Amino acid sequence: MSPFFIITAVVTLLGAVFAMSLRNLVHCALAMAVAFSGVAAMFLQLDAQFAGFAEILVYVGAIAILIVFAILLTRSGETPEKSVLTSGWWAGIAVTAMVFTILGWAILSSSAVPKDLPAAPVATVKNIGDALMTKYVLPLEIIGLVLTAAMIGAVIIALKEDKKDNSGGEQ
Amino acid sequence: MTPLQTCLLVSALLFSIGFAGAVTRRHAILVLIGIELMLNAANLNLIAFWRFSAHPEALTGFIFVLFSMAMAGAEAAVGLALIIAIYRHKKTSNLDEVKELKG
Repeated sequence: MSPFFIITAVVTLLGAVFAMSLRNLVHCALAMAVAFSGVAAMFLQLDAQFAGFAEILVYVGAIAILIVFAILLTRSGETPEKSVLTSGWWAGIAVTAMVFTILGWAILSSSAVPKDLPAAPVATVKNIGDALMTKYVLPLEIIGLVLTAAMIGAVIIALKEDKKDNSGGEQ
Repeated sequence: MTPLQTCLLVSALLFSIGFAGAVTRRHAILVLIGIELMLNAANLNLIAFWRFSAHPEALTGFIFVLFSMAMAGAEAAVGLALIIAIYRHKKTSNLDEVKELKG
């Protein structure tokens, strides 16, 4: 792999580590944006230009901003004084280590990995549009439906509830 | 190590970091960030397999990534709405304090 790919991978992984380990949530969100940009750069180097720019639009542009807004709305922007880890964090770390060991072992010992490097594929916007409008038109429609339902659901969940309707529920 | 294996290892590391954060951190929003990192690792895997496959012109992995991104957008919107609703009810987003269903 080219040195540039290694640098991008290191930046991505560092961003991810900081996103998961910093104490202040706003800093975590910023580190997450760095990690997403790194993933987008890796997509570009893997000849998936459209996916790279979609990654920047969707993740850095929309999801990072959405998370910053959620931090704002839940008033969790300050650095917490108490511990930021759950009570059973060591079990989580142990499970993570096991998962990574198994994944790494599977990747390094797999015989299904092709040895030769195929030529760079062409994924022009025209090809992608053709595929989306012919072979994958039903999934495209369904994903549109899912997105609409998710958006309506999100608005309904986050709506301010009427106090009257809540008499039976736990408040 | 082949280029595909490098990509897969980077993606496994990214997945592990996201998983560690999602299961060890207390704040609900950080759990969501961890899930997003795991989804990104999966996307990276799909793109790598598409790039180094024998028939990349079929665009299968590529289209899968586009759909998975749309699903991630829907998931983030609903997840953050849930976090905001929980915050409104309980005045906290600390996951250790939200335990009504604990047996």
